[in-house]
Amino acid sequence: MTSASQTVARKPQVQQATKPRSQSFAKGFNLGLIYLALIVLGITWIFPLYWMATSALKDDPQIYTVPPVLIPNPAYWNNFADAWTRFDFNRAAFNSVFLYAVPVTFFTLASSLLIAYGFAKIPWRGRDKLFWVCIATMMLPWQVTMVPLFIIFKNLGWINTYWPFVVPSLFGNAYFIFLLRQFFMSLPEELSDAARIDGAGELGILWRIIVPLSKPAMAVVMLFAFLGAWNNYLGPLIYINTESMQPLALAIYRMRTLALSMGTTALAYPHLMAVSTLVALPIILIFIFAQRTFIEGISTTGLKG
Amino acid sequence: MAATMAPRRGMTKTEKRNQIAGLLFVSPWLIGFFLFALFPLIASLYYSMTNYDFIRDPQFIGATNYVRLFTSDPDFWTVMYNTLYYVGFGVPLGIVVAFTIANLLNSDIKGRTLFRSVIYIPSIVPAVCTAMVWLFIMNTQYGAINGLLKTAGFPTIPFLSSPSLAKPSLIMIYVWAQGTAVVIFLAALQDVPRSLYDAALVDGANAWGRFWNVTVPLCTPVILFNFIMGIITAFQDFTLPFVLTGGGPMKSTEFYVVSLYRNAFVQFSIGKASAMAWILFLIILIFSVVLFRTSARWVYYGGEK
Repeated sequence: MTSASQTVARKPQVQQATKPRSQSFAKGFNLGLIYLALIVLGITWIFPLYWMATSALKDDPQIYTVPPVLIPNPAYWNNFADAWTRFDFNRAAFNSVFLYAVPVTFFTLASSLLIAYGFAKIPWRGRDKLFWVCIATMMLPWQVTMVPLFIIFKNLGWINTYWPFVVPSLFGNAYFIFLLRQFFMSLPEELSDAARIDGAGELGILWRIIVPLSKPAMAVVMLFAFLGAWNNYLGPLIYINTESMQPLALAIYRMRTLALSMGTTALAYPHLMAVSTLVALPIILIFIFAQRTFIEGISTTGLKG
Repeated sequence: MAATMAPRRGMTKTEKRNQIAGLLFVSPWLIGFFLFALFPLIASLYYSMTNYDFIRDPQFIGATNYVRLFTSDPDFWTVMYNTLYYVGFGVPLGIVVAFTIANLLNSDIKGRTLFRSVIYIPSIVPAVCTAMVWLFIMNTQYGAINGLLKTAGFPTIPFLSSPSLAKPSLIMIYVWAQGTAVVIFLAALQDVPRSLYDAALVDGANAWGRFWNVTVPLCTPVILFNFIMGIITAFQDFTLPFVLTGGGPMKSTEFYVVSLYRNAFVQFSIGKASAMAWILFLIILIFSVVLFRTSARWVYYGGEK
């Protein structure tokens, strides 16, 4: 492969030397092709989300018209409110936000901060060995521990509660511990040493020196912890059985059953698309406002992984 | 291990203090490791060698569950084939597409942030929401794709209702949600030193030659990373097949974790499900180790050999 591409690589040099004008034309042509490819890809990639949002605004006839209706006319904005109240989505949103995502995000951040500090900033015997064990747990597919944990939590009477998600978050998350530890390692040792000489305790150093410097890394942890909770489906499917306790993901699935049984009647599809849009929207908005945090989070953890 | 980490007589006062403080800081993780990783891991191994249904006490039957899965289970090999098909085609295709898109984004274009966002957003939107819209778009009667095909006079495609097309359709959606890999690739591409491209230009390499001889070798560490992450996540994919097709039609999308979930939480065959979990764990481990081992041959790590 390499030698073949190298021989091919030689050819254009001759053209480059003799025909500079065609080279710049070729460059413009190439750039045009890149734009064309990106626009086609962009439209393909955004289409499902566009279709989700616009189908939410349609009535039943517009749903099954051929050719497909690209721009809903008239647009039924009240579909969103109707779909939301068709099932008790207020309750599901409350569960998703206040019983699940917010506490899990907060506790994951707090516990992972403490643990990462212990792995990064205090020298102690056995630290690096234990850190490797911590990294190794990331390799463990959680399906392996899923059944025994279910049995434990069931025996504790935690079915239909969010304790199976909130309580483990108090014990840190290997992925975020890793991320924060890497970040802490990059902070100069002199800062914490100076504070130590001034008589500050380890907690004081973490809280007053490390935390204010680690806001970008903490933002990444919060974002992805929230995202993980908001998007989790299999977890709630296992632990939450009663409808009133369901998070948004399960409530949408309940609506799917309805849509499939009703086909193209009773606004099943517009309503299904409306709730899907409303549940996806917070994530899209968070992304738009915290874009840099997202991208930096993925790039750094991805590269240093 | 605990004995070596306990504070010792030979230590100075500061060393002792650090030993205790360090252990205290990581203790949440340490406790969590025993409670939520190590203990369930061992329990799961034990359950995999029992006959257990959540109600009667587990009954030890040795390796019977494993033997049965491999020799007499009617579905196990179907599930294995489906999963290997999905992973085997999906992951490499996902890498190729993500790397191509990242390279397009890395060229000298305007609006990179916008294009990147459009490609990335599908990978963070809740899988339940995207599953709903794909369910709708891929519908044979009133889905958008078939609507367009009908308009153009082509026959419709039963994306999700044909056993031979359901897996490729799910792979298509998998590839669509590879935005994270694109972002990681793009970050790696932006780290490739310009000087190397200039040197290649001087040597007379055209765009294709520069791509194969500079870009690809320098990105091999990230390709390896995305490959391993892709294999781990694709083997464990649950939400998409479960919500979209429920494993059908004719078990053609009954993937590993879908089947594992059903065995554990629908059939209550805890022993069988635990054995499946361990087999999955070993498969993922073997794939990762093999990739790592062979990586010395194809991954280029700058000068740090």
